[in-house]
Amino acid sequence: MLKQIEGSRAVAEAVALCRPEVICAYPISPQTHIVEALGELVKGGELSSCEFINVESEFAAMSVAIGAAAAGARSYTATASQGLLFMAEAVYNAAGLGLPIVMTVANRAIGAPINIWNDHTDVMSQRDCGWILLFAETNQEALDLHIEAFRLAQALSLPVMVCMDGFILTHAYERVDMPSQEQVDAFLPPFDPRQVLDPARPVSMGAMVGPEAFMEVRYLEHVRQMRALELIPGWAEQFRDAFGRDSGGLLHAYRTEDAETIVVALGSVLGTIKDTVDEMRARGERIGVLGITCFRPWPANTVRDALAGAKRIVVVEKSIAVGLGGIVSANVRTSFAGHADTVYTVVAGLGGRSITRQSLARVFASAAAGTLPPLTFLDLDHGLVERALARERDTRHSGPVAEGLLRDVGLVAARIS
Amino acid sequence: MSFQPIKFYQTGTFTVGNRLLPDNERSVQSTVRRTNSLNSGHRACQGCGEALGARYAIDAAMEATEGQLIAANATGCLEVFSTPYPETSWQIPWIHSLFGNTAAVATGIAAAMRVKGRSEVRVVAQGGDGGTTDIGFGCLSGMFERNDDVLYICYDNGGYMNTGVQRSSATPPAARTATTAAVGPTPGNVFGQGKDLPLIAMAHGIPYVATAIVSELRDLEAKVRRAMEFRGARYLHILVPCPLGWGHDSSLTIRMARLAHETGIFPVFEAEGGEVTGVSRIRRQVPVEEYLKPQKRYAHLFSPKPREDVIRRIQEAADRNIRKYRLLEEA
Ligand SMILES: Cc1ncc(C[n+]2csc(CCOP(=O)(O)OP(=O)(O)O)c2C)c(N)n1
Ligand code: SF4
Ligand SMILES: [Mg+2]
Repeated sequence: MLKQIEGSRAVAEAVALCRPEVICAYPISPQTHIVEALGELVKGGELSSCEFINVESEFAAMSVAIGAAAAGARSYTATASQGLLFMAEAVYNAAGLGLPIVMTVANRAIGAPINIWNDHTDVMSQRDCGWILLFAETNQEALDLHIEAFRLAQALSLPVMVCMDGFILTHAYERVDMPSQEQVDAFLPPFDPRQVLDPARPVSMGAMVGPEAFMEVRYLEHVRQMRALELIPGWAEQFRDAFGRDSGGLLHAYRTEDAETIVVALGSVLGTIKDTVDEMRARGERIGVLGITCFRPWPANTVRDALAGAKRIVVVEKSIAVGLGGIVSANVRTSFAGHADTVYTVVAGLGGRSITRQSLARVFASAAAGTLPPLTFLDLDHGLVERALARERDTRHSGPVAEGLLRDVGLVAARIS
Repeated sequence: MSFQPIKFYQTGTFTVGNRLLPDNERSVQSTVRRTNSLNSGHRACQGCGEALGARYAIDAAMEATEGQLIAANATGCLEVFSTPYPETSWQIPWIHSLFGNTAAVATGIAAAMRVKGRSEVRVVAQGGDGGTTDIGFGCLSGMFERNDDVLYICYDNGGYMNTGVQRSSATPPAARTATTAAVGPTPGNVFGQGKDLPLIAMAHGIPYVATAIVSELRDLEAKVRRAMEFRGARYLHILVPCPLGWGHDSSLTIRMARLAHETGIFPVFEAEGGEVTGVSRIRRQVPVEEYLKPQKRYAHLFSPKPREDVIRRIQEAADRNIRKYRLLEEA
């Protein structure tokens, strides 16, 4: 059914269609609308056979989900940013225990300085935690990915994060096609857990493992996650057959045929990038886009094939590995047969900074001309940064960086007005 | 068969001889109904009070629930000594997740049971004093506040024993631990404000709160049984002497627990809905020295220079407990 609704609401309704049995809720922007909507669905009786638990922290949210999943209930929670970090220990634990929990991460920057707007540093901090990580480009894809996520989680007995850009998707009212309960039921089989706490068949879970088998436990976790690379493409086809649209899969290529430059990105920024690429294509430039839907497991071979014909890769990423540069680009480099120097990192949109077509077109053109530095911070205010650096050079007690920058921004603004 | 109501105390204790009791009043441990939920062969130290407390409590819970029990366990001695995989001592479904989240994991299990309509399956969460009063405190308080259907058992040995005896917020004043060394002008742990978790639990108004000691087996079992008669959040705080951390002889575990009670240092009571409903009285108050002396963690109070000032403060705290809980008064 077509609906014009907020992204969060769309995800909440899709999650409800997946018949979750335990939902843990803790507020943090920009995720909150999702659990609010689910709470309403449970309380109003529309989502029955489901426990909705208001917990006292994200750490508890993930821990309740761990207990519920270990006891055989389909479990769901959602978080973002500081919340994801606050639950980090339990995030790893859920993966190590092999519990099929699904979690939405409404991507948001991490403080300090505190910032509620979108980027990907939250999820990237957990990229190697053992969860499958899926990134949605649109609200339609966000809701579809949740249905696939529950199926993937329980098939592999692994937790899955569905990442959607905070505010840009979560708070955008868009038209989505909401599937029927029958469609979802046909696609998503009932939960038949691989391991479960049950007095009828007592098992010990989460025991200590020493050097004699720990490597093997991790190896199997890796192997199990890599299995997703085999399952996801086939399921994307099944999804198309069942729901009549493309959603999910490992990655989406756009106008990459004959492209010399391929731009790689995750999430909603792909829309802006595609528009930019269309404009550049219209001017005759050979440029295309590769959107990564499945970031973990990393689809190395599929990425390699998709990038095979390109001369250079521009990775536009909303995250930064401080002290290194790009995170996504470090992954892409492992899957590009060309020279590592021809994989450019463009860090963009941190803390909600707008990513404009104009700025993107500029860096893409610069990459094609061979003048783009290996690491670029899109639309960085160099003047502002220089002033801060000068201050630090001049005075030992230069004060808190963020506050100093804001003061400068204020002065500049005052001068302009 | 009829029974004569008698009062028969073994020397020095209130423990009633088991064989003199009707069948249904005998301790679970003394009957064939004992499930050995925490089976033998685990790797606890000799004389470990925690191993004893856990066996008593979980067997009693198993009896009360007719075997329909799931346990969540915090990181700590109990977890480590019971599950050096592929060996496990647990005969019941059991999960260890993390150090600080056990109450929340139990909440999740209870929610799963509720949603699946398996109300007969009950959930126990258990952890040490560190996992309970410190790192797991937030999750525990949340579980209390929501009144989730979980019995949480804290095995209080007064320190982070699994990591080598460091101070926790349950470490008593003046006790030496690896992080409160017996050196300087005020050796051992500070006299802080304390963190009385049973009282904090009661302040949540949860249906049932109790304290227990491993030397009063039947009392401990009765409290587990009582706890299982309630739905909602329940809290049982068991004092479990730790020969390694306390530095007493491993043959003295039961005696140390008994002395903690008889000195007034550890009041044994139960409370329903936030109000004390019963206390285990003591016949004769024992001076705290008798409890402190066998423990090496207090050795600096006796030599080289006796610290009567410190002992007096410990005695005052014990006296306060005796007054507060009316431990010496006739029922
Ligand atoms: C988050 C975290 N911090 C610290 C530890 C290390 N640690 C494991 S067990 C333990 C001590 C447990 O003390 P307690 O809860 O009192 O149980 P006991 O061993 O005394 O029975 C500590 C500090 C850990 N496993 N996880
Ligand atoms: S250190 Fe203490 S609590 Fe731990 S196993 Fe030994 S006696 Fe038991
Ligand atoms: Mg302890």
